[in-house]
Amino acid sequence: MAIRWFYYAAPPTFYALAARLWPWLAMLAAALGVAGLWIGFALAPTDAQQGEGYRIIFVHVPASWMSMVIYLAMAFWSVLGLTFNTRLSGMMTRALAPTGAMFAFLSLWTGALWGKPMWGTWWVWDARLTSELILFFLYLGYMALTSAIDDVRRADRAGALIAIVGAINVPIIYFSVKWWNTLHQGASVSLTRSPSMAQLMLWGMLLMALSFWAYTLAIVCYRVRSLIIERERHTEWVQALPEVSGVKA
Amino acid sequence: MRWESWSQFWDMGGYGLYVWGSMGVTAVFILLEIWQARQAYLSALALARTEVQEPS
Repeated sequence: MAIRWFYYAAPPTFYALAARLWPWLAMLAAALGVAGLWIGFALAPTDAQQGEGYRIIFVHVPASWMSMVIYLAMAFWSVLGLTFNTRLSGMMTRALAPTGAMFAFLSLWTGALWGKPMWGTWWVWDARLTSELILFFLYLGYMALTSAIDDVRRADRAGALIAIVGAINVPIIYFSVKWWNTLHQGASVSLTRSPSMAQLMLWGMLLMALSFWAYTLAIVCYRVRSLIIERERHTEWVQALPEVSGVKA
Repeated sequence: MRWESWSQFWDMGGYGLYVWGSMGVTAVFILLEIWQARQAYLSALALARTEVQEPS
């Protein structure tokens, strides 16, 4: 069955879709988060090497994953935007950026708080940490650039270039622990071999990751509506929205 | 449950500062982001409403 992509890519239809989706996604994020934290803090065993300190993993790994996934999503929307010149693409890229920046910061922050007791240092300039810091700066650069250019469509195109070029950094982050000698450990979860973690630890981490996924989708659906209203405020369909006109449809 | 008391839970085997420093800052950032997104939505609506009065 063919999905009518361009139909949903039209701002009026996407606005309605996002408005319907975000409350469910937010509830899903909360439910998964409660389950993940319960498993992570009430059920998962103490780590043999790191004691209770390893429990930082339940935010560190999901936040790091999301910081990379969101950047790839921004690059994806940017390619669509430059190729098809759709109005929605730039708005989606912009709606994703603050959440991506937040997760990149949280990845660095929780990593520092994990590094201090385990490695004896908050920070080292090694490949994994440095490339994640570059990712954080790419998010900040994207947001600074797009907000500095007044013409929104031009700002979108300039931002799309940062998003696409910067996406090269994402595989560098991911494979950095293989390509270089680094203080950071290798992947705990991989598609090609069984995870090097206790089952409950793994489940807690995966549920937290799913929770962050649902949260990201929810906040992006929520935020893109503000951008759609702002940019299309002169149009009849925005003026006819009950939340704008005050008239119940 | 793995914990015998709340104080043991908060202590996290001596790693309390690091574990709760991570969880706490994450929670604060998520709450701030939700608040910020709400404010942005309200101001976008307010901006759109100012267009209503202007003659087209």
